[in-house]
Amino acid sequence: MADEKQKAGSAEDSGGAAGKVTRRSFLSHLGAAGVAATASPLLAAAPAAAAMPEASEAASDAKIVGSVPVSLRVNGKVLKLQVDPRATLLDTLRESAGLTGTKKGCDHGQCGACTVHVNGRRVNSCLSFAVMHEGDEITTIEGIGQPGNLHPMQAAFVEHDGYQCGYCTSGQIMSAVALLKEPCGPTDADVKELMSGNICRCGAYPNIVAAVQQVRLRS
Amino acid sequence: MDLFQFSRAESVAQAVAAGAESPTAQQGAQVRFVAGGTTLLDLMKLNVERPQRVVDINKLPLDKVERTADGGLKIGALVRNSDLAHNEMVQKDYAVLSQALLSGASAQLRNMATTGGNLLQRTRCVYFRDTAMACNKREAGSGCSAIGGFNRMLAILGTSEQCIATNPSDMNVALTALEATIHIQGAKGERSVPIHDFFVVPGSTPQQENVLEPGDLITYVTLPAPAAGSKSVYLKLRDRASYEFALASAAVVATVEGGRLKRVRIAMGGVGTKPWRMVEAEKALEGHAVNEGTLHKAAEAALRGAKPQSENGYKVELAKRCLMYAVKQATQAV
Repeated sequence: MADEKQKAGSAEDSGGAAGKVTRRSFLSHLGAAGVAATASPLLAAAPAAAAMPEASEAASDAKIVGSVPVSLRVNGKVLKLQVDPRATLLDTLRESAGLTGTKKGCDHGQCGACTVHVNGRRVNSCLSFAVMHEGDEITTIEGIGQPGNLHPMQAAFVEHDGYQCGYCTSGQIMSAVALLKEPCGPTDADVKELMSGNICRCGAYPNIVAAVQQVRLRS
Repeated sequence: MDLFQFSRAESVAQAVAAGAESPTAQQGAQVRFVAGGTTLLDLMKLNVERPQRVVDINKLPLDKVERTADGGLKIGALVRNSDLAHNEMVQKDYAVLSQALLSGASAQLRNMATTGGNLLQRTRCVYFRDTAMACNKREAGSGCSAIGGFNRMLAILGTSEQCIATNPSDMNVALTALEATIHIQGAKGERSVPIHDFFVVPGSTPQQENVLEPGDLITYVTLPAPAAGSKSVYLKLRDRASYEFALASAAVVATVEGGRLKRVRIAMGGVGTKPWRMVEAEKALEGHAVNEGTLHKAAEAALRGAKPQSENGYKVELAKRCLMYAVKQATQAV
């Protein structure tokens, strides 16, 4: 251990300026570069949306070729949108409604990160076009609880440490909340079976199951 | 994904009229109906499906499960897999169907996927899903990368020189054992097709997977009345315990009388290019007592025509054991 520390120390020293680079500063630089790299093509591709709001308003008057009007009820609020028919419910929630709590993982219905409730039932929002949900009641993670007023399932995930990186968490919680109203046996195995559509690459499964079971027992 | 024109069908007739404008209802269709979307969107994102028109059929009144006059069941094409699996009549009289549905996909997907859509679920063959690879099913005449390639999951029954893709559905296997009938509204009227004739083997036209013609819309599925005293079971063998496609699965509907199998229907999944009815195995078992001897005979008869590929030879033995174990389960005294 001491040897390793010494080696690391000497490497930093010999690196001169590199000696001031910490893990945190390195990652934050990387993050800034990443944002610049991804933001620039977007800005270039969509000057109307970024620089000329009046142009994008005009576009929303059904001027986009092939676009379709749709009205969704999202977390109790009516959203009237003009969307590309190719836009999934997931992308529409994230990009048009600004509700980024719902995550895009695989985008093919395999990971469950995009789980939301449609008319009270959990679905993969990546496998549904937004235009298919005219009049539907959509609930996202933002709609079930807020900081300071957490849903019991959210509180249980915090209590049981049901996550590491957090990317799958909103999907896990949306699945778990829906599970409370579904036919499900009492055992951990029953919960695992009904949660198998939500993948956690960090492997927080035991803690997720514990959180779900605690809420089921108390409700 | 290519841009497409989106519309909502207000009636079955409207959907049929829209569908009839496509030159084909099979691979390469220019008009697609969307219900659950779980297969269609997946494949559109991969550019495997490239419809110019997508017709949303979710508002059509095809979402009921009802008793028929003869004591059978009529299942609307838009009944979601989760609703069908938890339907009381299905759980009581057609347990194999409920079990098969619940063994497939995830709770989220089952909430979306429909009865009609599940019948049309496409293969999971990796070459079909990858437009950079040759696949006769996706692009007729381009070749089959799966033969001699990664074919561990693929079929050993009903294959051809052109295609060895597996039908991935669990529901279809149960419906085959239950001798379901598929009801179709088409441009030329209504017709009913027994499930055995609904799916076709690939032969020299793997892009053709079923008998649907342009404009055809599956409206409902009917099941005959359950045989008195019958018991049914779905057994699924896979690489992990949940949320995985079958390596081999068996649906068995059996009636035992006086220690002998009076009537048995067996279908298998994960091994065939379509849900595979095991008629030879049924013949080997009917009229006999269920024991190791008769089970082995039935399993041998079932897999006699199997043609293993470079990586899926294990499926022959796996399928035999799957069949034997499922028949045992279905015939054990309750």
